[in-house]
Order: sequence, then structure tokens, then C-alpha cells
Amino acid sequence: MPHEADEVGGGGSAADRVMHASLLLEQLLNGVQFAMTLFLMAAGLTLIFGIMNLINLAHGSLYMIGAYVAASSYAAWHSVLAALALAIGATIVVGIVLEVGIFRALYDRDHLDQVLATFGLILFFNEAVRMIWGATALYAAVPRFLAGQVELLPGIPYPVYRLAIIGVGLAVALFLYLLVGHTRIGALIRAGASNRTMIGALGINIGLLYTLIFGLGAGLAALSGAMAGPIFTVESGMGDDFLILAFVVIVIGGIGSIRGSFIAALLVGIADAVGRAFLRPLLALAVSQSAADSAGPALASLLIYALMAAILFFRPRGLFPPRTR
Amino acid sequence: MNRLVGLVVAGAAALGLMPASGHAAADHVEIGFVTTLSGPSGIIGKHMKDAADLAMDMLGGKIGGIPASIVYGDDQFRPDVGRQVTEEMLKRDKVDFLTGYIWSNVLLASYAPAIKSGVIMIGANAGPHELAGAMCAPNYFSASWQNDETPETMGKYMNDKGINDVYMIAPNYAAGKDMMNGFRRYFKGRVTAELYTKPGQADYQVEISEIRAAKPKAVFVFLPGGMGIQFVKQYAQSGLRETIPLYSAFSVDETTLPALGDAAAGNYEVGFWAPDLDNARNKEFVTAFEAKYHYVPSYYAAQSFDAINMIDDAVRAVHGDLSDKKAMIARMEQAAYSSVRGHFAYNTNHFPIEDFYLLRIEKGADGKYTRKIDSRVFTDHKDAYYQECHMKPMK
Repeated sequence: MPHEADEVGGGGSAADRVMHASLLLEQLLNGVQFAMTLFLMAAGLTLIFGIMNLINLAHGSLYMIGAYVAASSYAAWHSVLAALALAIGATIVVGIVLEVGIFRALYDRDHLDQVLATFGLILFFNEAVRMIWGATALYAAVPRFLAGQVELLPGIPYPVYRLAIIGVGLAVALFLYLLVGHTRIGALIRAGASNRTMIGALGINIGLLYTLIFGLGAGLAALSGAMAGPIFTVESGMGDDFLILAFVVIVIGGIGSIRGSFIAALLVGIADAVGRAFLRPLLALAVSQSAADSAGPALASLLIYALMAAILFFRPRGLFPPRTR
Repeated sequence: MNRLVGLVVAGAAALGLMPASGHAAADHVEIGFVTTLSGPSGIIGKHMKDAADLAMDMLGGKIGGIPASIVYGDDQFRPDVGRQVTEEMLKRDKVDFLTGYIWSNVLLASYAPAIKSGVIMIGANAGPHELAGAMCAPNYFSASWQNDETPETMGKYMNDKGINDVYMIAPNYAAGKDMMNGFRRYFKGRVTAELYTKPGQADYQVEISEIRAAKPKAVFVFLPGGMGIQFVKQYAQSGLRETIPLYSAFSVDETTLPALGDAAAGNYEVGFWAPDLDNARNKEFVTAFEAKYHYVPSYYAAQSFDAINMIDDAVRAVHGDLSDKKAMIARMEQAAYSSVRGHFAYNTNHFPIEDFYLLRIEKGADGKYTRKIDSRVFTDHKDAYYQECHMKPMK
């Protein structure tokens, strides 16, 4: 008869597993991959918050719309390009309609009004999605050419789709770096983040700039949602939890800074992955296995917020706050 | 002024118009049905509501031959709201029966006011151990199971098969621990790890990497709802499914299978019922359900269908005299109605003594994935708590 409760069987002792170098590398990669999903969401959010001073809780709804449109159009036409184009296009249209119809009236209101109004939009979109697509979670397929795994390290196959997410995340980071740092639009965006009143006074059409930025943010949220679909559950309210993490990222990164969001997303993604993977076995060295089993995940989920608190203690305005006057 | 008139009218009604003793047949039966109709879990409530509506249709809109209606309440997945909805149904709608209840915490919060009111309450999903044990009551019945029994089935199956080195995963909350304990009550083999993840967690790639490194022989998870969809999809994408089989309880069912596609194909689940359970009553139910709603019913639907038919049978037995609670309870204890689970009995704690099966996720003839019966694991299974139940007679 096998013994009951042989807790630390399988992969050797807890200490062995902590030291396992290839597992550490794999978990770092998991962290980077999660960071890229976060970054796409946070990049749009930080632009909107930083430049228009608008807290947009409905950003998660734009992510959800992107996921739904992408999943249903991919199911209909089996074309990745069509699905992405439709998802991003439709979400940009929704975003611009929201900006022109609702948010313009909110820019000069205080943050509490913005939170209330955009929270209302969350409820509206969650219900609208249920009315259009039904209450059942939607099936989102992995595109065939991205299905399967590749062996990055010997014996460690990694899902191709997750590598594709890392690739897209890096490409978008590069695109935003060039757009913000090396184009006229980018100069306006940076100027807007530093001093909104001044660029208005200089004769820039601030209304148009805001609409453009909002469209860009909506497009990024849609891209994030479209790519998240095959991994996560495409259901009503899917963006709500994710939005909280995105806010953590932009606060750590410095509100309004794309570069800050990128670094902060990496920090948060890696802290989350490493915390979930190694806190439990590390704790098990100090306390009993069963205590570590319950304390580990609780501590791991606190880790991100502890990181945020620590960073804000030393840099209250985040890592890379835009210079304002 | 209006309130005064209302009071006078109500008083007059109570004194003069109501029958003094309740030997007459009621002219209407009102059933309160509390479930989750909004949010992501609204899909479970939809299955339950559709099944209850179907049961009413098949009964010709009558319960025990008396015109009847069901009033639905949305608990919003929150115990406080569930309790409030329950109390409203008792006071405002004056329901004769209460049923539904997906979640253990909602049921526990709603239990006291319902039981105190004397109304017969039938849990159509949740089966917290408190209600099967110390808190059992004559006017409470379960039309489903006690929570532990489903994971117990998986523990028994894997133990009998001699499957060792099992990696266990559940969310870090009370039900997660209960499920793992239920599994371990019958599984005596080696456990590689017992991992608790954040409730509502979306990404499981970190845990999947750990599973790969730990090299278990099998993975057993309890990850209900969206968590199950996410884990099962990501597990299939990782390629681990081909080498380490995935066993689960309450994690893959007909409410989530449409979102899973072939990611769950070949995985194992457990339960007291599946759409292909072979008996005439079940065939009738599944056929009628699919014809009316064009999707495959889940066990949530099956239990709700049974709950309504159980009420119908009890009201029929007392010829519509709803005041004779004792006779209705005595009838319910016989489990005499035609259940979709086939023949079963009620234990002394008013929880079913029933069979449990290993289920396998397979594609049906219509191309939709469902849970199919693989083999029977428990025959006439009793829950672990019934001896703690000392039923006090109804006042």
C-alpha cells in the first residue's frame, strides 16, 4: 500500500526545485509573456490617463469587445488578419464614439465623476455583450499556424501562441517608441502629457488630438483582448479584473509614460510569475508544507501590491513620471 | 391614509376570507427559484431556469394538478443578495416552495429564514456539509448531492486504478479545500503537490510549468467556471495533456464546454448524472430540452428539472393540501417521483443515496462535446455527514 500524504514526492525536495535553473528560466519567460499582455492594456490606459487626465474604467470593456469581435470573426472566416482588423477597427469606432459622445463632457470633471460614469459604462457593456453573444462563454480558437509547442530548452516545450504574444508585445512597444519619440504626433502626445493647457494655447487642435489618442488606446486594448481570447475565458466582464492590474502597472510606471508602462509591466509580470512559482517551495523550507500551501498563494497574490507600495514609497510619482510644469 | 386602508383590508382578509383550517386544496402553487442570472455565472442560472420552465411546460403549467407559477430571483452570486431575495419571496410572494441555489454560501445565508418559515426548501445544486450534518432540517431536501461526494468519486476511481503521484490544484477558498479533502477521503496514493491558486486566476502557465517539472502521473483539479475554461485550454495548449492525463471535478460541464472546443476532449470528470445516462426519464428530459433550447443540458439543468418534479409529486400526494407539510415531506422522503438519475433513495438527512460515475468528455453525434458516462464508481453512495444529522420533528 502506498503511504498517505507523501507531500514532497515527484520532483525531489522543495530545495531542489527552487534551484532548478531551467524551471527558473521558463518561469521568467512566463512572466515576460504575462507582462506583454499587461503592457498592451496599460499602454492605452496610461496615455488616456496621463494626457487627458481621465480615469477610464471602461478600458476593460474595450478589451472585452476586442476579444469578442476577434473570436467570433475568426470563427466565421478563419483569418487571423481579418479577425484582428475587425476587432481593432470595431473597438476604435466604439472608442471614438465614447470619446466624442461621453468623455468630452468628463475631462473637466473631477475623478470621482469620471469613475462613476465609466463604471456605468462597464455595466452597460457587460450586459450588451450578453445580449449580443449570449451568456455562454465564447469559444476562441488558437490560429492553426500558432498552435502547438516549440522546444526552447531541451525537454521544455513552450506554446507557440505565447511566444507570438511576446513578439507582438515587443513589436507594439517598438512601434509606440518610434511613434512617441520620433514623430510629430508623438511630440504632441509628449507635450500633452507635460502641459495640456500650453499646447492648447499654442494653437494645437486639442480635441482632435484627444480623439486620436483615445482611438489609439482603444485599438491597443482591442489587440490585447483579441490575443488574450484563445488563452483566457471570453466572457462578459473578462476585462474587469485585468483592468486593476493594468492600473497597478501605470501607477508603478508613472502615469502618462509608455516607457514606464513597459518597464512596470515587466516588473509586475515577472514578480507575479516568480512569486507564484517559488514562494510556496521557499516557504516550505521555513514552515510546514501544508502551511506553505495555503500561505504561498495568498502571499504571491499580495506580492504585486507590495511591489507597488515599495516603488511608490521611494518614487511617489512612479518610475518614469512625465516632466510637468 | 392609504396604509391604513391597506391594513384594514389585509386584516379583513386574514380574519374572514382565508380558510380557517387548511384542509382545502390550494388554488395556486407558487415556487420561488433563487439562482444566478447576471454576470459570468449567469449561464448556470440560465440552464437551471430553462430546465425549471421545461418541467412546468411538461406538467401543463400545473403543480400537482393545480395552476402554478415560478418566481425567479437573481442572487447576483452574493450571499447577502441571495438571502434578501429569499426573504422577499417568503414575505412578498408568499411562496409555497423554495428551490434553486447554485452556491453553498448563498444557500447557507438563505437557509435560516427559509427553514424557520416552514416552507419546504429544495437545494437544486449546492450541498454544503453543514446541511447534510448538524444543521439538517425536516423541511430541507437536496435534489443534487453533498459537495464532497463528487470529488470523493474521483478519489475512489483513481485510488482503485492505482494511479499514484497526483498533482492537485484548487482555488484558495473554503470550497477548494473541501473538494481536496473529499478527494483525499478515498484517495490513499501518493500526492505530488496540493496547490492552492488565487480565486479567479486567469493565467495558469506558471502552474503548468511547475507540473511539467514535477512530473506527476496525473493532475486533479477543482477549478469551476471561467477558471476551468482557462486552465483546461492552457493545459491543452502546453501539450501536457498528451502525457499527463487531466482529471477534474466541477470544472468541465455543458455550461463551459461550448467555450472549450476540443481542448477538453478526452479529459475525465465525475458526477451523478450525464446527458447520456441510460434511463427512459432522462432520455425524455434530454430530448425535450434540446428540442426546446437547442443546447445540451448540464447537471444544473437536470437537478432543477428534478426539483420541480419532486414538488409536483409531493403536492399530488396530498391532493393539493399545501398545509399538510408533514405528508408532503413524508412523500418526498420516499423519492417516488420519476427522476432523471433513475432509481434513488433519500437518506435520513434528506440527501440522496445515489450512484456516481466517471465521465469522459467526448464529441456527440451532433458535433457538440458533452460529458459521457464511462463507468460507475459508487453504487448507492451516502455522504460522509449523515450520522451527524439528528432530525428534529417539524413544529
